[in-house]
Amino acid sequence: MIEVKNLTKQYGVKKAIDNISFTVQDGEILGFLGPNGAGKSTTMNILTGYISSTEGKALINGIDILDEPIKAKKNIGYLPEQPPLYLDMTVKEYLNFIYDIKKCKLPRKAHIEDVCRLVKITDVYNRILRNLSKGYKQRVGLAQALIDNPQILILDEPTVGLDPKQIIEIRTLIKKLGKKHTVILSSHILSEIQAVCDRVIIINKGVIAADDTTENLTSKITTDHKLIARIDAPKEEALKLIKTMPGVISVVADMEREKGVYDYEIETKEGTDLRRELFKRIVSRNWVLLGLKTNEMTLEDIFLKITMGDSVVIPKEDNSKTEAVQADSNNEINASDNAADETQNPEADSTEENTDGGEE
Amino acid sequence: MGAIFRKEMRTYFTSPVAYIFLAAFYLLTGFFFVNTNIYGATTDMTAVFTGVFGVMMFFLPLLTMRLFTEEKRLKTEQCLLTAPVSLIEIVFGKFLAATVVFLLGMAIYVLYIIVLVGLAGSVAMATIISTLVALLLLGASFISIGLFFSSLTENQIVAVIISLCMNVVLYMIDVLASKVSFVPIQKAMISLGFYNRYSEFTSGILNVTSIVFFLSVIAVFNFLTVRVLEKRRWS
Repeated sequence: MIEVKNLTKQYGVKKAIDNISFTVQDGEILGFLGPNGAGKSTTMNILTGYISSTEGKALINGIDILDEPIKAKKNIGYLPEQPPLYLDMTVKEYLNFIYDIKKCKLPRKAHIEDVCRLVKITDVYNRILRNLSKGYKQRVGLAQALIDNPQILILDEPTVGLDPKQIIEIRTLIKKLGKKHTVILSSHILSEIQAVCDRVIIINKGVIAADDTTENLTSKITTDHKLIARIDAPKEEALKLIKTMPGVISVVADMEREKGVYDYEIETKEGTDLRRELFKRIVSRNWVLLGLKTNEMTLEDIFLKITMGDSVVIPKEDNSKTEAVQADSNNEINASDNAADETQNPEADSTEENTDGGEE
Repeated sequence: MGAIFRKEMRTYFTSPVAYIFLAAFYLLTGFFFVNTNIYGATTDMTAVFTGVFGVMMFFLPLLTMRLFTEEKRLKTEQCLLTAPVSLIEIVFGKFLAATVVFLLGMAIYVLYIIVLVGLAGSVAMATIISTLVALLLLGASFISIGLFFSSLTENQIVAVIISLCMNVVLYMIDVLASKVSFVPIQKAMISLGFYNRYSEFTSGILNVTSIVFFLSVIAVFNFLTVRVLEKRRWS
């Protein structure tokens, strides 16, 4: 069990996290969601004893990480944002070193082999870490956290840099681990949190903006009131048709995808499901509906929504300027590491959505 | 601690660092030895031991510069600092690894002494042993100083230059002391100097004050390194 009480970390005048409190029960998978710089890593670094808090307490199984760091750390496996790999070692040497440094008592060879099998790095076991791909490095990082079978796993963006297949594998693995371990994982990818976690804490600018179960939060924040329809029809007429439908707030035609085919972005009033009605109308005019999907809310939308009324405002224009934040807005795309394909090849779009949907 | 020691030893010997250090150490001490003892046809090793002071002063920072800078730069310190080991174990493991590499360099003296005994029949063993003790203490002091400065920065070059300056200052401080007219400061400077204490050993005197002095230097700098790591958590 992890208890965090009024945790504050101050760097000079800036508060990286401000009075954060939460509890994670045994066997729970908690997701930390937030944009870059929100305080996710800071919180995790405090929980693992890497840095200290300015104020407040972090208890690991009832042990204060500052009072008895060694005892508390024995219960934690940590995968930092950048896997802490000694690049000149082989996977074998590295995991053996971790085994030693964690003073692990489990049978050495069998345990390390088990962990390797679990994260699927057995085939690179004798290779030097420097030469491994990002995905493998990430998995070795995960293996490192799993050595000594710690009760609590703290994973900072565990799926960054993995390909879609690996992402699914790692998510499945984390879910599996969640049955025996208490897991905290951070991400700026909403779908990942939705797929894996029981509970979500949204952090923004160092404060907890929301703390709820995944279902509650999802139903609260992803009311599908944005649609994207790809229709083969005369543009002006289609626009006119959609505009006249009940519940439509606005409609915009995107660039021409194929000859005579446009993407129409439709915003409706909340709670209106336009899809069936739209389909019927299009068919009745002998047009062709080539694609229809709900435009899931981006992280920024959710933040705006959850932190509405607070001082937290993330203007859209600003987001496009900074790469870091933009990466968040493209979170769905980043998840599949296919940002380039996505923009160049609209066809890939729909297939990708399918894989994403299938796995959730 | 064992794990960290073994890891550092492995890194020394899977990279060129240890080999180059040892080669340079053997070459330079060998040069002093051949020049003084073989060509000079003497069993007096004082000149050899005087020369090695400079070698250690310049070469030991090269052994220590990597120890903490790289951990910080590659973020691997996160792995050490979140593992259930104490900071003392981390610092001491690294200190010990560098000291052992240095001892491997020192081991060459056994060869020199054997050669001298073979050629001359006997040597002044007492002097040689007291000098070897001094070398060991001196080397460990330079290593703890180097380790301390490597914990302060992410840059190996910065670490090595600062350690080197520090070593030179400690070497020169008694020379400078003669220019200071205020007696208490002059006394303090002389007592901090490494070279006088060291040369005392090379003439065969095992001075307890000096032994305690070097041991204190080692303890103080290793302690400071622990504090630097500790402090980083709090900043």
